[in-house]
Amino acid sequence: MSTNQEVIIQGLGVSDGLKIGKVFVYKTQSNVEVPETQAQDVQAELALLRAAKAESITELEALVAHAERTLGEEKATIIKGQISFLNDPSFYPPMEKLIETDGWNAATAIQKTVNQVAGMLEAMPIEYMKERAADIRDVGRRLASQISGDKGQRLSDIQEPVILVAEDLAPSETVQLDRQFILGFATRVGGKTSHTAILAQSLGIAAVLGLGDAVDQISSGDLLVINGSTGECIIHPTDETISKTAAQMKVEEETKLSLARYANRKAVTLDGVHFEMAANIGTPEEAEGLLDKGAEAVGLYRTEFLFMSRNQMPDEETQFKAYKAAAEALKGKPVVIRTLDIGGDKELPYLTLPHELNPFLGYRAVRLCLDDKPLFKTQLRAILRASAFGNLKVMFPMISGASEWRQAKALWDETRAEVIAEGHKVADKIELGIMIEIPSAALMARTLAKEVDFFSIGTNDLVQYTVAVDRMNEKVAYLYDYFHPAVIRLIKEVIDASNEQGKWTGMCGSMAGDPLAAPLLAGLGLHEWSMSSGVIHKVKRIVTNLDHKACQALATRILELSTPEEIRAELVQFQANIKFD
Amino acid sequence: MFSKEVEIVNPSGFHVRPAQLFVELAAKFTADIKIQPQGVEMQIDGKSVLGLMTLGLAKGSVVQISATGADAEAAVEQLSALVASGFGEI
Repeated sequence: MSTNQEVIIQGLGVSDGLKIGKVFVYKTQSNVEVPETQAQDVQAELALLRAAKAESITELEALVAHAERTLGEEKATIIKGQISFLNDPSFYPPMEKLIETDGWNAATAIQKTVNQVAGMLEAMPIEYMKERAADIRDVGRRLASQISGDKGQRLSDIQEPVILVAEDLAPSETVQLDRQFILGFATRVGGKTSHTAILAQSLGIAAVLGLGDAVDQISSGDLLVINGSTGECIIHPTDETISKTAAQMKVEEETKLSLARYANRKAVTLDGVHFEMAANIGTPEEAEGLLDKGAEAVGLYRTEFLFMSRNQMPDEETQFKAYKAAAEALKGKPVVIRTLDIGGDKELPYLTLPHELNPFLGYRAVRLCLDDKPLFKTQLRAILRASAFGNLKVMFPMISGASEWRQAKALWDETRAEVIAEGHKVADKIELGIMIEIPSAALMARTLAKEVDFFSIGTNDLVQYTVAVDRMNEKVAYLYDYFHPAVIRLIKEVIDASNEQGKWTGMCGSMAGDPLAAPLLAGLGLHEWSMSSGVIHKVKRIVTNLDHKACQALATRILELSTPEEIRAELVQFQANIKFD
Repeated sequence: MFSKEVEIVNPSGFHVRPAQLFVELAAKFTADIKIQPQGVEMQIDGKSVLGLMTLGLAKGSVVQISATGADAEAAVEQLSALVASGFGEI
């Protein structure tokens, strides 16, 4: 029997996971205000401040290196930003001035400056600015701790599994959390868009932020349940709550296990037909661990994120590193790189594109790349150089017919010869394919199949262009359906065309990851299915319990149907009759 | 000293990315560069991302860009052109 009353408190669930464990109340490096004090010796205080800045930069650089290893380069830039604050003319020089001109000591100068800068950001009505204030206070605490010598508790001292409870966890602290010992964490402040939330998700640590004053009711050693998806925390759980939580955790664990069971199986039908299951990725970090999630390949690597996440065009070296990392993470399994698909709804901050009335029918993807040859060639060079480190394939987006494909292919051949002539190692054979997302390309598939190595059907755009519907427009969104019979006929046409020439067809739109569509796609003979890595096990569960011949018969029946509703009904009925092992 | 008044025209105002772009360009000049919002006494160092961010200038605000030093004229010209261009957002 617990002597304490069970208390349920509510925060913001920002990183999934249901956890129960002993609380460790973590005191952040002293957040307390120091009394304002005049300097005894101005030169000595200046020297202290300079040393504190140098030491802070050294510490942050070590943290950046750690974050790059555990979280990837992208996330490490959050910490890098703190270094740039230390070098900003509005941050460090005012501190020196407060000592030199106003005679304050170093600790006071830091406190005054941090309060002033962070205070201004906090006063702005923009969430993003308030979050940057947290970064300023984080770096300010680090500076102050160099002078006071009070570095707070060290997270690395925690050597048993605990749930961390704190006022706030700064980004620089979050990156140090070790999943082995930190079951989850709960804090008084923080929001869904904070860097801390983003980092917790990347680390896979359950987190509830923004508990407010309720956090005062939690002490070190208490038993605590935290639910990172609902944001609910239970202090002093009763025996009943504990067993209920344990049961729920068991269910979650079992679901995970059953998923793992399917994830590790090959997608082979009961009668022995294998389909290749692949994943869509946007960054090379996502390629890490994909093989464990059951992916046999990357069917779509969206390179535009590399371009969208920065303020200037990524140079050849930056691109080369990213493509090489993805190739290496897949250990020889295929990675299909899609060349830059920008324009339409995806803009680049540093590439000014004219405003268009119909951006989806306009200057985008391969159209833009063929027009801006230096941009396109830089990407092709980076891919060619990375090809020596794995099994890369390349596809061009938004191809409408043979001439665009031929132009892209010619530029590829030219670039390849140049890269080889410069002495770079390039893979002997790199398959080249095209995205099928424009109906004209689908209808020309029989011609195109003679020239390309593969097709990849992008269902999201293909549906939009075939049915002439903008799915963002709520009034017509009901028309947006990949089970439209016209779309299915186009898909069949493309797969058949590739089969005739001994080529293969993949699919990288959301249809490929829809368990309901799986029997139809199997029946049509789709070779490679590329989807979000989180759903691979669901599709495998279906495919491994299918009879391929029955799927072919299903596909034949479906091609006779005339509306999306009839097709869905047929698929739902088929699904209901699948016997799962 | 050279100076020029210019209006912020991009929809999101003078926030993080515009501030970064501005500072990147400002850093290319040796001149001392200052920003002063219209009707405000405060001057901000044109090479400080933090300083520009804290100004929180919205679309429609007018700022004076001034510079002193060898390449001051070019600095004012190019920086005001960057602001007037809407930082590539429009």
